[in-house]
Amino acid sequence: MTTTEQQKEVLVQVRDLSVTYHTRLGTLSAVSEVSFDIYKGEILGLVGESGCGKSTMGKALMRLLAPPAEISGGQIIFDGEDIMGYDDRQMRDFRGRRVSMIFQDPMTSLNPVQRVDEHFTEAIEVHEPRTPLREALDRARTLVETLGIRTNRLRDYPHQLSGGMRQRVMTGLGLVLNADLIVADEATTSLDVIVEAKLVDEFKRLRDAYNLTILLISHNIALVAQIADRAAVMYAGQMAEIADTTELFDNALHPYTVGLLRSVPSIELDEREELYKMGGEPPNLTRPPRGCRFHPRCPRAMPICSQLRPTLLPVDPEGNHLVHCWLYEKHPDNWEEMV
Amino acid sequence: MSDADKRDILVEVRDLRKWFPVQQGFLHRLFGEKALHVRAVDGVSFEIERGEVFGLAGESGSGKSTTGRVVLGLSRPTTGKVIFDGQDLAKLSSTELRKLRRRMQVIFQDPMASLNPRMSLGKGIGYGLEIHAPEMDADARRDAVVEILERVGLSPANFFYNKFPHQISGGQRQRAVIARALVTKPDLVLADEPIAMADVSVRALLLDLMNELKRELNLTYLFITHDLATAKYICDRIAIMYLGKIMEIGPLREVYQYPLHPYTQALLAAVPVPDPHARRAEPMPEGEIPNPINPPSGCVFHPRCPIAQPNCAVEVPPLRELRPGHRVACHYAERFLP
Repeated sequence: MTTTEQQKEVLVQVRDLSVTYHTRLGTLSAVSEVSFDIYKGEILGLVGESGCGKSTMGKALMRLLAPPAEISGGQIIFDGEDIMGYDDRQMRDFRGRRVSMIFQDPMTSLNPVQRVDEHFTEAIEVHEPRTPLREALDRARTLVETLGIRTNRLRDYPHQLSGGMRQRVMTGLGLVLNADLIVADEATTSLDVIVEAKLVDEFKRLRDAYNLTILLISHNIALVAQIADRAAVMYAGQMAEIADTTELFDNALHPYTVGLLRSVPSIELDEREELYKMGGEPPNLTRPPRGCRFHPRCPRAMPICSQLRPTLLPVDPEGNHLVHCWLYEKHPDNWEEMV
Repeated sequence: MSDADKRDILVEVRDLRKWFPVQQGFLHRLFGEKALHVRAVDGVSFEIERGEVFGLAGESGSGKSTTGRVVLGLSRPTTGKVIFDGQDLAKLSSTELRKLRRRMQVIFQDPMASLNPRMSLGKGIGYGLEIHAPEMDADARRDAVVEILERVGLSPANFFYNKFPHQISGGQRQRAVIARALVTKPDLVLADEPIAMADVSVRALLLDLMNELKRELNLTYLFITHDLATAKYICDRIAIMYLGKIMEIGPLREVYQYPLHPYTQALLAAVPVPDPHARRAEPMPEGEIPNPINPPSGCVFHPRCPIAQPNCAVEVPPLRELRPGHRVACHYAERFLP
């Protein structure tokens, strides 16, 4: 597993990133000062419930956010360069070549009047204009073959393919430009379990074969347990906890992570019969709670939690397990005066 | 059927088929080509006992939702029978059927799409009573709505009574949908993916609520889901559907512990487990669900089945009871007996 290796090479550093949406009801803080790293060659699972900011985060990494959304602060350092300073031309080159995205719904992301191979050749043509068409077609052919689609389907239109095949084509399009980072935003969510399981196996195989880096955004915690090397948990726009996947599931520290993991239904029969019931519902982010945004639902909330925001800090000597919670952080002596 | 007499059966489904005709071009019809049908449900039989939660599970396109709709009389079967509390739905007039509807209600997946955005919750929930219980006066109706709002946890009820669907949260909306289904005091509730849209932290509460209401109000659920992990927390018995047919049926724990059909085994193995130490190793069956217009001959699962034999492509396997209450449609299921 990549993360347990001695040297972890950082591909992306996200620092204090904030995203706001300007809505009629006011400014909505979708992502609030989130920091994390993505290491080369890892599968990082980003989990959370709907509205926690995980998809916004994925889009922000490609600077794909358009008004009313806006990156209101922070840095995204990709392979040593701050992409926040890129102009439009640089961004166009960056998207696709350095980072590519696999979206959730292949039926709305594929062009219904374009044949499968045209999707591939178009992507290559735009980003590598000097590639001859023949070579582009060859690349498309090899790629769909490794993804388990027969090459005679290349001349098909998207509607002629099954749901699983469409999602494989989407995956292929994410890979065709040899991007360094693949952002898979709920890429398997619309699929049936068996097809999903096969695609997940495929992700793992591709990562091993091409040393891909994958940010897997999903609401499905069990899926992340199955495939990710590390897992990050977001809640209400804040990063709650990040750790190696096994560590996170064995030794969750943030009260939200603890509750979330205990409320995931499991098919194992010897498992507990009752699911944990978390009180309350996620907050309205136009008026987020002060301090830690989880405090109104937190069973272990303390007075400081509703006043000051904790810092995402490592709790182990190696610095692999980070938690955003006052339970694990020294309270400032004079915090009551700071408020 | 001496066994069936002893059990208290609320719904009996006998050899149900629902075929949808495929729209074809004028020339096809002119030259008298054979009409094509999507065989959404193709020969399904089961019983639901009073007070149990009966699960219908399967992938998309397996026919589980269509089966549910036909059981409730929302759509007429092509052939076969649905007997609700001793009455054959096909023999009822539309007025009689409407009277029976009060006793069978439905909870759909998308709460935003199933609540009228222009009606306050109180009015929307009371609307079912206006239709099914016209003898009730406005005050009695309001009392009934307030009572059910409290029951589903939308409390204080007087506060939620005047709220509109867009003013409440997703979890509360799903509670409102449950309240609307239960206000007519039904016997049978069809729950079609009732919590698929809810987030994990809200799901457990909704499942709990449904279990609690079942006990308090003596309900019977027909629970349709694609999520086998969720089914575990609510269903007593489960039927696994594939391409319009039941592959396996039995008590839930029995089926999960000793799956006898290769399809059930694959389906159970494919469900991701929230435990990184238990990563799945076994390979998944090839291909995807075939086209229901032209389903495979013999056993519909044979093209993807890892243990298929030549006769599987010819003979349709009947549902056979191999363990008490546990029936499976596979010629070679014996080899999986514990």
